[in-house]
Amino acid sequence: MGVELKKKNILIIGTIVVAVLILLQLVNLQILDNQYKITASNNAFRYDIRYPARGLILDRTGKILAGNVTAYDIMITPFEVTELDTADLCRIFELDICNVRKTLKDYRRNRRKIGYQSMPFVKQISSQQYAVFLEKAYKFPGFSAISRTVRSYPYNAGANLLGYISEVDTSYIRKNPEYKRGDYIGRTGIEQSYEGVLKGEKGYNIFLRDVNNRVKSSFAEGQYDLNAVPGKNIISSIDAELQSYGESLMVNKVGSLVAIEPSSGEILTLVSSPGIDVTKLSTINKYYSELLNDPLKPMFNRAVMSPYPPGSVFKLVNGLVALQEGVLDTLVRYPCSMGFHIGRGVACHAHPSPLSLTGAIMMSCNSYFCYAFRKIMDNPAYPNVAAAFNSWKEKVESLGFGLKLGTDFPSEQAGILPTTGDYDKIHGKNRWSSLSIISLAIGQGEIGTTPLHLANFAAIIANRGFYYTPHIIKGAEDTVINADFSKKHYAKIDVQNFKKLIHGMYLAVNSAPGSGATARIAAVPGLEICGKTGTAQNPHGKDHSVFICFAPKDNPKIAVAAYIENAGFGATWAAPIASLLVEKYLNKKVERKDLEVYILTGNTMINVLK
Amino acid sequence: MTVGIKYKKLDWPLIASYLTLVIIGWLSVFSSVYDPDHAGIFDISQRYGMQFIWIISSLGIAVLILFVVNPKLYNVTAWFIYAISIFFLVAVLVAGVEINGSKSWLMLGPFRFQPAEFSKIATSLALAALMSTYNFQFKSLGALGRIAVTILFPMVMIVLEKETGSALVYAGFIFMLYREGLNGWYLIFGILAILLFLITLSFSSYVAIIFLFIIMVVARALLTRQFIRHGVFLLFYLPLLIFSRRLGELSLFDFLGHWSETAWLALFIAPPVIYHTISAFRQKISHLWYILLCFIVSFAMIFSVDFFFEKVLQDHQRARIENLLGIHVDLKGAGYNVHQSKIAIGSGGFSGKGFLQGTQTKFNFVPEQSTDFIFCTVGEEWGFLGSVFVVFLYCFMIIRIVNLSEKQKDAFARVYGYCLASIIFLHFFVNIGMTIGLMPVIGIPLPFVSYGGSSLWSFTIFLFIFIRLDLERWK
Repeated sequence: MGVELKKKNILIIGTIVVAVLILLQLVNLQILDNQYKITASNNAFRYDIRYPARGLILDRTGKILAGNVTAYDIMITPFEVTELDTADLCRIFELDICNVRKTLKDYRRNRRKIGYQSMPFVKQISSQQYAVFLEKAYKFPGFSAISRTVRSYPYNAGANLLGYISEVDTSYIRKNPEYKRGDYIGRTGIEQSYEGVLKGEKGYNIFLRDVNNRVKSSFAEGQYDLNAVPGKNIISSIDAELQSYGESLMVNKVGSLVAIEPSSGEILTLVSSPGIDVTKLSTINKYYSELLNDPLKPMFNRAVMSPYPPGSVFKLVNGLVALQEGVLDTLVRYPCSMGFHIGRGVACHAHPSPLSLTGAIMMSCNSYFCYAFRKIMDNPAYPNVAAAFNSWKEKVESLGFGLKLGTDFPSEQAGILPTTGDYDKIHGKNRWSSLSIISLAIGQGEIGTTPLHLANFAAIIANRGFYYTPHIIKGAEDTVINADFSKKHYAKIDVQNFKKLIHGMYLAVNSAPGSGATARIAAVPGLEICGKTGTAQNPHGKDHSVFICFAPKDNPKIAVAAYIENAGFGATWAAPIASLLVEKYLNKKVERKDLEVYILTGNTMINVLK
Repeated sequence: MTVGIKYKKLDWPLIASYLTLVIIGWLSVFSSVYDPDHAGIFDISQRYGMQFIWIISSLGIAVLILFVVNPKLYNVTAWFIYAISIFFLVAVLVAGVEINGSKSWLMLGPFRFQPAEFSKIATSLALAALMSTYNFQFKSLGALGRIAVTILFPMVMIVLEKETGSALVYAGFIFMLYREGLNGWYLIFGILAILLFLITLSFSSYVAIIFLFIIMVVARALLTRQFIRHGVFLLFYLPLLIFSRRLGELSLFDFLGHWSETAWLALFIAPPVIYHTISAFRQKISHLWYILLCFIVSFAMIFSVDFFFEKVLQDHQRARIENLLGIHVDLKGAGYNVHQSKIAIGSGGFSGKGFLQGTQTKFNFVPEQSTDFIFCTVGEEWGFLGSVFVVFLYCFMIIRIVNLSEKQKDAFARVYGYCLASIIFLHFFVNIGMTIGLMPVIGIPLPFVSYGGSSLWSFTIFLFIFIRLDLERWK
């Protein structure tokens, strides 16, 4: 019996061994190997993504700045692709046959890994190409089309302002897993700032496949399908007409033009020139390297990113600070003999002398503001220059300079405002005086302000002492606008000091001929424009032409900053451009036709390219 | 003997596992052909409705077997039953209906039935009757001959019906024969032969020869008890063998002409084999001769595998074996079933997708879902836990039947029990093995679980005859 019992036990052990083998394979299939779970959902369901329409970008009056048109993406399901006429396929979509062959080969090699997924083959083909494809679709099994929306731009306005959309790249997807391959995302401008509002939610249709991968039916009669939720519209603060007009004024000029509504901080116009042509915006990938290599950098938004020397415009700042510090009497006149001749000295142009504050602003006297600046820095109320400088800096910052304003426009730069430490480094600790930094008196030297800073400063003067953070959003469906945008930011300067200044700005524009006022060219009858010119020296050639203004004098509706690179005097280019914009906005039409033609046809870009 | 005593002494654990498997089968059939328009599990227009009828009728048959039929009849009528089953097997060849390429179905009114399913019982009864006769000598040539004929006759008939899978099941009787006295070496050689066959196919004869060589050295070491010597020999000689194929590439040997890899291998294998022969001759150890004989036979087999594989096997069988071994994997052709089946089971994960939630099974990704591939439904919907439970139930059943058989006083019941355990084991291993890719696709049902009246009835009868026979112990 012993032998038989042994044999029985061997049979039982054999059974257990087999069971263990089966269990091991089950562990492998069901627990360790994820491949089967993935294949399973690929296998049974086909998710057809429904892409949402992107939200529209409207201007402040409801005109469409960025709209949608239908385009088609051709998708490929490598598993279903059979022999095909590659040449014909390439003809339809105007593709390079070598590349296509390579892509198809790639897909074929990886088709098991891909499973029954579809992936984009050609993107954004037009309706015409789509129609041709439809006719021949039977010849190309495995290829299908899905509709996407792409941007259209009814107004030729604000390419840099709006930004563009493009497909997300892999590095972005890795960091933001809610985006999937083939999704679009806003880049730069409003598209980037309000991506979350504009993008909408993707949906999908679920289809069932059977064994042969034929799509059998909609799964559960579509009850698990998810509709795409269109993106929400954005009402921007931009005035489409004004933006468009501003861009035409800036044609063939390099620089920036920014207009703000002082009573709300809403940006009416934001031009960076040269910019991206709106017609290239929806298919920007095609032009990308061309744009990137352009020496004038059209992708670079000068309005918020370029720190320029403000030039004479900055005299207003020093005037305000001096008044606030109580070191300047509006009635006291300071002499000017073609300049300020203490220390390194600062040159000036020919004008009557001596001048009071109003006259100095009106005629933009360098010498006067050098005296004023020295009074600020050498103020006996402070123990030393550094303390006086810090007090000055604090007030300058309260006017928005040297810091990011916190606008909703992407890539805003803070500009440059020096610190005492900077000067300690240059001159040695306590080895510098008001004379060492005298160029700040006229907005030169260690200072950089963006056109947005200047426009905001114009708005502060217009408001007599406060500003709202400049912003490009006016409203959005069901979206709460940043509360900070409706908060007043007060400058550390008293209201009456602004009033003293404004008188000079008014006279600078609206004086009689022969008065020596610098900005008479900007005058528009009945609009009471108050402005200040600037001519900023720079190491890169001809002076920059600068002008800030607001209008009307009381109850201002618009504040503008114009900054034209290498264009010469502020009065020659920047002042006319800014004033034309003001005229257009307030009068809805431009009467000064000669000036308009002069600006529209003028070309200062050649100076930059030289 | 009263009904009351019978009731108590019935082997309830076996019956309970039987019922559990049957219910799992019914739910799985329901799930795999579930149609929301016919949601009632008793709807007889659907397979689950039909399966319910099969289950009820099976239970009726079970009751009949337990309480009505006299168990003594089995031994007496075994050969008569065997004859009837052979008659049906012949009838099927003449008047059978061809379904899915095999002519194994008989039409009886509205019902179809597969005689091959029932002939397993008849053959088991016949074997039990044969081997329980007084003075039966297992080792005698005549006895072995009769056993062989009893098994092979229905097997051949079934092969003629092109039901190779069902015929293969008869190979399971070897386990019973092993218990009843067959030398264990036959079992080992059988398994080794299959292993060698598979290795030859999936790699090359080159690898198979090296594998064979290793077995030979290990066997020699076991016999002579000189483990260290053989171990060292293997350690040094094996790399030599493996690199021998490279020798042909050396220009040094150009004068020999270009020998094949196998020729180089043979050159290097010859010395140890010759040494082995001489030592066998000198030491007169008969087992060394056996080793040599096996080596030569295996060697011949390696070279005949290609022939057998290309010329003897049918196309679909070749494709199935190739697929199992990963040669020419064709996921949409022959490999399709297994691939889809693995996906279905694999997608179940640890705890499964839940009853009626299987996506793979519901939408006909796996063919023969409710019959041969029913285990996919279990795997997908009940996951690893469910699968393990089912595997456990089968193991429990097989081991219990083996243990009960061993307790039988009557040889008839013992042999019959072992036949039952062997057949269930083979079905269990081959069927589940094929759904998870351990076995080639062989179309045999999963006992008690797969859809189908013939299968359920025959396994019910098979099992309950044994349970009834077991009761006789308590007399």
